[in-house]
Amino acid sequence: MTLFELEFMQRALIAGLLTGLSAPAIGTYLVQRRLSLMGDGIGHIAITGVALGLLTGTAPVLTAVIVAIAGATAIELVRARGKASGDVALALLFYGGIAGGVLLIGLAGQGAATLNTYLFGSLTTVSASDLYVVVGLAVAVLVIAIGLGPQLFAVCQDEEFARVTGLRVQLLNLLIAVMAAVTVTVAMRTVGLLLVSALMVVPVATAQQITRSFRSTFVTACAIGVTACLAGIITSYNANVAPGATIVVLALAGFVVAATVGTLLRRRSGRIAPLDDEEPEVGVPAPAPHVVSPTHPHAHNPDCGHKKVEHGDHVDYVHDGHLHAAHGDHWDEH
Amino acid sequence: MTAPLDADHDTAAKAVQVTDLSVDLGGRPVLRGVDLQIRPGEVVAVLGTNGSGKSTLIKTVVGLLPAARGEVRLFGTPVPRFRQWKRVGYVPQRITAAGGVPATVYEVVSSGLLSRRRLFAPLGAAGKAAIEDALRVVDMADRRKDAVAELSGGQQQRVLIARALVSDPELLILDEPTAGVDLASQQIFADAIRERVARGTTVVMVSHDLGPMDALIDRSVILRRGRIVYDGPPHASQTHAHVHHTHADSDDSGWLTS
Repeated sequence: MTLFELEFMQRALIAGLLTGLSAPAIGTYLVQRRLSLMGDGIGHIAITGVALGLLTGTAPVLTAVIVAIAGATAIELVRARGKASGDVALALLFYGGIAGGVLLIGLAGQGAATLNTYLFGSLTTVSASDLYVVVGLAVAVLVIAIGLGPQLFAVCQDEEFARVTGLRVQLLNLLIAVMAAVTVTVAMRTVGLLLVSALMVVPVATAQQITRSFRSTFVTACAIGVTACLAGIITSYNANVAPGATIVVLALAGFVVAATVGTLLRRRSGRIAPLDDEEPEVGVPAPAPHVVSPTHPHAHNPDCGHKKVEHGDHVDYVHDGHLHAAHGDHWDEH
Repeated sequence: MTAPLDADHDTAAKAVQVTDLSVDLGGRPVLRGVDLQIRPGEVVAVLGTNGSGKSTLIKTVVGLLPAARGEVRLFGTPVPRFRQWKRVGYVPQRITAAGGVPATVYEVVSSGLLSRRRLFAPLGAAGKAAIEDALRVVDMADRRKDAVAELSGGQQQRVLIARALVSDPELLILDEPTAGVDLASQQIFADAIRERVARGTTVVMVSHDLGPMDALIDRSVILRRGRIVYDGPPHASQTHAHVHHTHADSDDSGWLTS
């Protein structure tokens, strides 16, 4: 019996595929907004959600998604208010999340082993009902991340401009936070809550070593995410280690390779095409001697009726057989 | 009988109407009782020294900052209720440093079309043509696939104006479009604006130094310490600005030196 015939492996691979797609998808927006660690914070808060599920006997995936969304909303509101203490408020939220989670799991009578499966992922714990939730959430995240791509890109790229185009910037920012929270829950089973942020950030960092556009970064990051997830799950089955750690180590190895290749490529193309400023000025004529038109009483403008002649980077006006060009507060003979 | 009607008509006819506007930043009054009316088709320069409140005025006009008192109307509608953002093109001071992910010139310019796009709808042929046109106007068509972060400051600024022009706005608002931009880019900039002005676009620009745009201006407004101290034809304003400038120097130099 191969590993693809095992039911729990099939479920793990489906969950891994969706995690590999959705985590880098939302991660691209987070990295663009320089919120790379947001996923990490939400992951910490989601621990409390998992613990609440274990304590009350409800499905931990459901309680985790609810608590993660609440936490992400809180983070976004603190961030949007832009208070100097926002940084500290976030730290309080993160540590409150992880400490609360550990405390509640203790109260629920579960040990460190249970907690570990949520922190670092586990292949065998993706139940059939979990899988439905994971598939539904991941598909929703992907549809929004791709469908609202232009709007989300604008908000992340230049928030003020986005507001002046009439976009509901606050709502879109909140949407990104909620999508990140949902993705954390989706990824919880495969990479685990402590390493989920790596899967959001590392593929994006890897992709942008070799890409120049937002769209190609997005697509490449998703491809890298899927590869790392599927390869990581298979390796973890064979080596009997936690899938989260395997996935993240594989993703980081990919980053090292891409960074090396990217540096070499850039160095090579840099040698072939120097920057504009560094290009040797060959064939540029020496500046003509500067002759000021003495006592020029007439101010030329595009509508003054004198014939206009394009001359390099400016316009000369034909005036009584002379060419006149504006230069500061006076007119030059050209 | 006709007077109130005329007043109503006036409000509707103004592209920008600022009435008794005061704006606070961090509890400090930055604009105080500013009144300004800009008719469609006018090209207005807002001048003033650093800290005179000119960027604050522009940001309040486009709704990025709230008014503490008074109001701003765009095409007759108060800004908080204004929804026709496709009529407005905004060019911020510079490209935001944010953006941990590369974006190409084409992608940045295409985000200027968002005020005209529906959610979940792909970019149509008309949109693509508009992007090509805007890229051509600022002479960046051959750089469309380049990452914006790799461009020079002047080229980045040209990308920003293309992004504002791509939606073909009736009112163009520019915040320091020529600050730190090389002369060649300033010239391309001025040509792009001239083309729009010829088509009747209203232009409001904030600047220290107008450079090649000087010839386009038909009215200038000078701010000083949050108040309008001059509003009229541009050439008289330059001498006026000059006088104020030297005055400001003698007046403000004390706090650091003595």
